[in-house]
Parts: sequence; structure tokens; C-alpha cells
Amino acid sequence: MYWKGYSLDFADSERSSAAPAGPITSAKIVIAGGFGVGKTTMVGAVSEITPLTTEAMMTVAGIGLDDPSKVPNKMTTTVAMDFGRITISQDLILYLFGTPGQTRFWFMWDEICRGAIGAVVLVDTRRVEDSFAPIDFFESRSIPYLVAVNCFDGAPYYEMEEIREALTINRNVPLLPCDARKRESAKQILIDVVRHALSLLHVERARASAGMS
Amino acid sequence: MGHSRDDPRGALVRPYAVTRGRTEPTQAIAIEAVLVTSPHGLQEAQFTERDRRTIAMLCSERPQSMAEIAAYLGMPLGVGRVLVSDMVSAGILILHTTEDSGDLGQRIDVLERVLVGLRRL
Ligand SMILES: Nc1nc2c(ncn2[C@@H]2O[C@H](COP(=O)(O)OP(=O)(O)OP(=O)(O)O)[C@@H](O)[C@H]2O)c(=O)[nH]1
Ligand SMILES: [Mg+2]
Repeated sequence: MYWKGYSLDFADSERSSAAPAGPITSAKIVIAGGFGVGKTTMVGAVSEITPLTTEAMMTVAGIGLDDPSKVPNKMTTTVAMDFGRITISQDLILYLFGTPGQTRFWFMWDEICRGAIGAVVLVDTRRVEDSFAPIDFFESRSIPYLVAVNCFDGAPYYEMEEIREALTINRNVPLLPCDARKRESAKQILIDVVRHALSLLHVERARASAGMS
Repeated sequence: MGHSRDDPRGALVRPYAVTRGRTEPTQAIAIEAVLVTSPHGLQEAQFTERDRRTIAMLCSERPQSMAEIAAYLGMPLGVGRVLVSDMVSAGILILHTTEDSGDLGQRIDVLERVLVGLRRL
């Protein structure tokens, strides 16, 4: 037995004690919305790290082949998603994931949203229709979400109620204005998402205990 | 909907790229799930190849999510997941739990802690 004799250039005990030994919990919040609506900006405004990008690679089947006897072209394409991190405490980390702008990559949305605390749907008042798909997505999967209207300079101003009507947003879904560039504003939106998700969990718990008694 | 920038090429067929002939990671690891190098993980990783050593280093400094590992190593998520999953099986990395895996009471507790943390920011 000579395993004790290996020289380890980076395995000092100092380093291995840096991570807490006990259980760590992580959670995520999703920032969704159409192209250029300010998702990455919002992630960057509150993240402790410069937003990172990770790519999922996938195979795309070619369509519109001129010769159907040929094997369909399969090509690999990548979908990028960016994300940030907020270390709440040694044993609790919150991640913020921006959805890919291309809403047709639905499988990526499933991957990003599975198990999320909740989601923010960002709206640009110049292109409100871009937020229909994300809203439908979260509605259909019962993921707690709120709608945040990103106030771009020079964009037309609408009352929140007008936007609620235009987007047919449910009464129980919070709708509020924000400035994705500002840390305080982005932070407040995250707080509101968590509060909204919490209130739904409390309702669920009340229902569960009422059902049992 | 119907952005002109949307890719017109068609239906998606398979989410994972093949990594050394394997297409599925041995365990599903959520993108936000964090990994920490086990007490002996750094030593053990010394005898593996470069990417694994880098991951073991990275996750010994502070807990890192699956997404962070893939991003820092510059590899697609699917590829990173296969590596990380192997390293978990080999005992080099410890996979921690995500918020949604708890019961209702635990989830409420985690969300309350997240809320307190966010207010303190
Ligand atoms: N005036 C103003 N500009 C903003 C605001 N939020 C974002 N922007 C700008 O809008 C542009 C797009 O913002 P991004 O954060 O990249 O948007 P995105 O949703 O991540 O875009 P994609 O990932 O391409 O879909 C950038 O140039 C931002 O600086 C805002 O609240 N006000
Ligand atoms: Mg972006």
C-alpha cells in the first residue's frame, strides 16, 4: 500500500474545507419573455457573478428535403441559456435562469423550468404579444409566475390594468412595473415571485390539512 | 409568436449529444443542483483525466451547480452531465438536493429562507 505517498499539488486540506460539509439546498427562479425584453439584463442586475452561459446541444431533423429517399439531414444546433447566482447562505443557493429567446425550443423551457420556485414573465409594451407564449407555458404547467412590465425609455405607457386586460392575465397573477437594469427593482421582482409562490404553497398546505381533518 | 429569427429547420429529435457512445446520464441532475467535491474527491480525481480534475477543483472551492460546471468548462450541458454523473457514482462529487425535492413543509421553509436572504441583499 503506497497510496499515502502520492504527491498532490492541489489537494491541500485547506481547500477541501471550503465547502460546507452538511446538506446544501439550491433553488431557481426563471426569467422568461420574448426576444430582447431584458432577461439577461435582469439576471445581471442581481447576480453575484457575471451571467454565465451554458449551451445545450441537440440534434435537429432537417425538413424540406428535395430527395425523400435520402436519410434526413440531422444537424446539431445549440441553445444557449444564461444564468446568475445568489448565494443566500453557506447552505442555500438561488439561481436565476433566463430562457432562450427562441420560444420554439420548448424542450429547453421544460428543462429550465422543472422544479423552479417560480417565474417572471418580462413584457415590453412595444411587443406585448411576445409574452403570450411564456404566460401560457407557466399557466399550463402550474408554475407560479408574475408578469413584470419592463419600462423601456420611449416605450408607450399603459396602466397596469390595461396591460392585464390586453394579455388576459389572471386576477391572481401579480402584475407590476420594473426596470430590469436596476438592482433594487430586479430584487423586488424576485421577492414578489417568492412571496407569490409561498402564498400558493400555504394555500396548498391549508387544503391538505383541511382534507385530512 | 412566429419570430422571423426562429429557426425554420424543423422538429427536435434528441436532446443529448453522444458522449463516448452513451446518450443518457446515469442519473438526472437538475441544472440548479449543486455539487461539492467529497472529502477524498480531490485526491481521487488526480488519477482521472483533465476535465474531471478541473471539476473536482472547482467544486472543492465552493458548491457549484450543474449549469455552472458546464459553463466554466465550456462544454454543452449534456456532456457535462454525463461526466458529473460519473463522478458522483465514483464518489468524487456529492450531489445535493434541490428545493422542489422536499415535502410541502420543507419547501415552505426553504422559500422563507430565500425571501429573508433576498430582502437582505
Ligand atoms: N431602457 C431600457 N433598456 C433596457 C432595459 N432592460 C434591458 N434593456 C436593454 O435592452 C437590450 C436587450 O436586453 P437583454 O437583457 O439582452 O434582453 P434579453 O431578453 O436577454 O434578450 P435575448 O436573450 O436576446 O432574448 C439591451 O441593450 C439592454 O441594455 C430597461 O429596463 N430599460
Ligand atoms: Mg438574453
